[in-house]
Amino acid sequence: MTRFLIPIFAVMLAAAPVHAVEPDEMLANPVLETRAREISKELRCVVCQNENIDESNAELARDLRLVVRDRLVAGDADDQVIKYVVDRYGDYVLLRPPFKASTYILWFGPGVFALLAAFGGWRFYRARAVPMVAAAVSAEPPPPPLSAEEKRRLDKLLKDSDGAGDPA
Amino acid sequence: MPGDLMAAFSIAELGHFALVLALFVAIAQSVVPLVGAHRGDAAMMGMARPGAVALALLVGFAFCALMYSFVVSDFSVSNVFENSHTDKPMLYKISGVWGNHEGSLLLWITTLVVFGLAVALSSSNIPPQLRARALSVQAMITVGFLLFILLTSNPFERIDPAPFNGRGLNPLLQDPGLAFHPPMLYLGYVGFSMAFSFAVAALIEGRVDAAWARWVRPWTLVAWTFLTAGIALGSWWAYYELGWGGWWYWDPVENASFMPWLIGTALLHSAIVVEKRDSLKSWTILLAILTFGMSLLGTFLVRSGVITSVHAFASDPTRGLFILMLLVVSVGGALVLYAWRAPQLKGGGLFAPVSREGALLLNNLLMSTAAATVLLGTLYPLIADTLNLGKVSVGPPFFDGVFVPLMVPAIIAMAVGPMLAWKRGDLRGALGRLWMAAGLGVAGMVTVWLMRGGAVGDILASFGIGLAIWLFVGTIMEFGDRIKLFRAPLSESGRRARNLPRAAWGMTIAHAGIALIVAGVTASSAWKGEAVQTQAFGETVTVNGWDFTLLSAETFEQENYTGVRGTFRLSRDGEEVALLTPEKRTYNQPPMPTTEAAIHTTGLHDLYAVIGDPTADGTAFVTRLYFEPLVPFLWYGAGMLCLGGLVSLSDRRHRVGAPVRRREAKAGATAAKPAKA
Repeated sequence: MTRFLIPIFAVMLAAAPVHAVEPDEMLANPVLETRAREISKELRCVVCQNENIDESNAELARDLRLVVRDRLVAGDADDQVIKYVVDRYGDYVLLRPPFKASTYILWFGPGVFALLAAFGGWRFYRARAVPMVAAAVSAEPPPPPLSAEEKRRLDKLLKDSDGAGDPA
Repeated sequence: MPGDLMAAFSIAELGHFALVLALFVAIAQSVVPLVGAHRGDAAMMGMARPGAVALALLVGFAFCALMYSFVVSDFSVSNVFENSHTDKPMLYKISGVWGNHEGSLLLWITTLVVFGLAVALSSSNIPPQLRARALSVQAMITVGFLLFILLTSNPFERIDPAPFNGRGLNPLLQDPGLAFHPPMLYLGYVGFSMAFSFAVAALIEGRVDAAWARWVRPWTLVAWTFLTAGIALGSWWAYYELGWGGWWYWDPVENASFMPWLIGTALLHSAIVVEKRDSLKSWTILLAILTFGMSLLGTFLVRSGVITSVHAFASDPTRGLFILMLLVVSVGGALVLYAWRAPQLKGGGLFAPVSREGALLLNNLLMSTAAATVLLGTLYPLIADTLNLGKVSVGPPFFDGVFVPLMVPAIIAMAVGPMLAWKRGDLRGALGRLWMAAGLGVAGMVTVWLMRGGAVGDILASFGIGLAIWLFVGTIMEFGDRIKLFRAPLSESGRRARNLPRAAWGMTIAHAGIALIVAGVTASSAWKGEAVQTQAFGETVTVNGWDFTLLSAETFEQENYTGVRGTFRLSRDGEEVALLTPEKRTYNQPPMPTTEAAIHTTGLHDLYAVIGDPTADGTAFVTRLYFEPLVPFLWYGAGMLCLGGLVSLSDRRHRVGAPVRRREAKAGATAAKPAKA
C-alpha cells in the first residue's frame, strides 16, 4: 500500500512490473502447478522486501520458482520442497516463521496479549464489583442513611438511566 | 529571466527562513500558554491563539514556497531536482512535493500546525486553561519536528550550478490515487496528535470528565476518518497499479499505518464511555497517548528504513535516530506523566461486563491486542536480529493466521454491543433480537458453502461470509429497532430516523461498512480466480466463467512515457460485456516500467486484466487475468467507514457550543410540540 515512501523505493523497483511467475516457467501438470504456486506464496524472495517468490520479478525469485517446480516434478512432497529451500537459504525464506525456540515470543505473543487483555478486564470488573458487593452487604442490616456523596451518585445513576436508550 | 531567477531564488530561502521563525514561535508557544495556565494568567494563556495562527502562517508559507519551487521547476532546489521533471503533468509536480522525505516531513508539520490552528479558532467553549495547555503541548511536538526538518532534512537545500532538468518522480507515484494518499494518511496520523495534546493537557490539569471527551472525540473522529481514507486509497492504489490483483500485503509500511488505525478505533470507542458514563477515563487517556505513539512509530519505521535496512537497504541512520528520540521524549514523557497523574483520575460510572460499556471495553481489549500483535509481527525480525536469534521473516501467512482469530470475536460482539443497554445489559434479550441475523448468517454460510461444492477447504471462508451477514443484518436490525421499523407506522419510523442522533447514523453506516469489508476480504482471499499464460491474438482464456479474448495490442507514446496497450474482449456466455485495455508503460524520467491493469467491475466482482511482454515473434503476449470476487465491497465498505465518520462528526454534540444549543433546542422542541399537536 504505502509503498510510495522514499526509503523503500527499492521495493518498488522490484515490485513494479508484473514479472511474477511467467508462463514459460509453469508446469504442464495443473495439479503440480497449483501446488507450486501455493508453495511459492510461503517462500520469501530473499533479495526483495517482504515479497514472496510467486510475485517477485527478481532473478533469484525466478530461480527459486524453477527449483520448487523441479523438486515437485522429482516427486517431492510440499514440505520436502520447503525443507529443500530452507536447507539452502535458512529460515529467512519462510514467510511463515517456523515454530521453535527463537520464535516462541512471536508465536506465543498474541496469545499472551489476549490473556493480558482478559486479565486486565477481569481486574477492572473485580475492582468495581467490590464496592458494589460491599454496598449490597452493608445494606442488609439496618440500612444506614445515604451520605451526601452516595445520594449524589444515586441521583446521577437515576438520571443516567433515563438516558439509557440514548444511542452511542 | 534573471528577474524570475531572482524571485525563485529568494522564495526558497524565504521558505527556509519561515521555518526558522516558526521554530522560535513554536518554542514560545510551548512555554508561555502553559505557564499562563499554571498561574491563571489570562494574558499569557491568550497568547496561544495568535501563536497558533502565526505558526500556521509561517509553516503554511514554507509549504507554499516549496510547492512553488516544484510548480516552476526550480531545479536549483535539490529536492525539486531529485523529484521532479519539466514534462511531468502539473498534478504530479504538486504531488512531488510530498513524494519524498523532506517534503513529506514538511507536509507532516503543516498538518500539525493546521490542527493547532483549528483548535485555536474553532473551539470557543473549551475552558481557556485546557485549550492553552493543549496548544502548548501541540507546539512542543511542532518544535521537535521543526528541529528535525531544520537539522537533518532541509527541503530547501540548493545545488549550484542548477541542473537543466530534474530526475523525475517515480512513475508509480504518478497516479491520482497516490497523489492524495499521503496527505490523507498524514491528516490521520497527525490528527491523532490533537487527542494526544488534549490527553497530556488533561493530565497536567488532573481532570478528565465528560466534557473533555466531548472536545476530544471530534478530533479523534476527524483523524480516524482521514486515516481510514488514506489507508483505503493506498490499498486501492496497490490493487489497480501494482498489477498483482492484491490489495494488502502486511508489509511493514502498511502495518505502520494500520497500527494507529487499530488503536485509534479503540480510542474512538472508549471516548464514548468517558463522554456518556464518565468511566474508563484513565484508559482513554492512555489510548490517546498510545495512538499518537503508534503514529510516531509508524513514521519512524517508514522514515528510518530500520525495518527494511535489516536486509536490503541502507537509509539515513541520523534521521531514524532523531525520530526515535522524538518518540521516546514525547511518548515516554507523556507516559511518565500518565503514571504520575492517572491514579488521581477517579472513574465514575459503574457497569456490568454485559452492558454497552462492557461491549465497548471488549472492543478496546480486542483492538489493543490486535495492534500489539501487528506491532510484534512487524518488529520481530528486528528483535530477533538484535537478540541474535537469527534472521526471520514474518509475512502474510503469520499475520493472517493470528489476526483473523482476533477479529472473529470482535465481529461477533460488534452486532451484539449496540443492542445492549448502558450499565447492565440483557444478553439473552439482545441475542433474542438478533435471531434473524444469526439465522441469515448461518443460512448464508451454508448456501455459499454448498454453492462452492461443499469442500472442506471452503468451510472457513463460508464462515467469514456468514459473519459478514450476521454483522450486516444485526446492524440493520439494531437500527430498525431504534426507529421501530415495522412495529410502528412507516411515517413514525421515518420521523424517528430523522430525529436519531447523527452519531447513531454514523455508527450504523460504519458497522455495516465493516460487514462489507469482511465479506470482501473473505471472498477475495479465498476465491480469487487467476490465469497466467502466453495468449495469442484471437485466443480466449476463461477465468471463472468469464472469457477474455485478446484482440490486439498497439504501441503508443505520451508526453512522459511510451507504452503498449492491449485490447481484450470480455464476454460471458458469448455476449460481449466490455473491452478491457490494460497498458504496460515505460516512463522516460526516471526510466521505469509500470503496469496499468484494466478492471471491469460488475459491482459485485472485478474482472482484472494485465498485459505483459510480447513473445519474440510478436504474435502473443504474456497475460495475467483475474477474477476478483467481492473486491468492490472493500471499497464500498471503506467508503461507508469514512461516511460514517463524517456523519457522526456532523452530530450536533460535536459542534461548537453544542451542549448549550442542544438543551435550548430540546426546550424549544418540547415547547413547540403541544402547539403543533
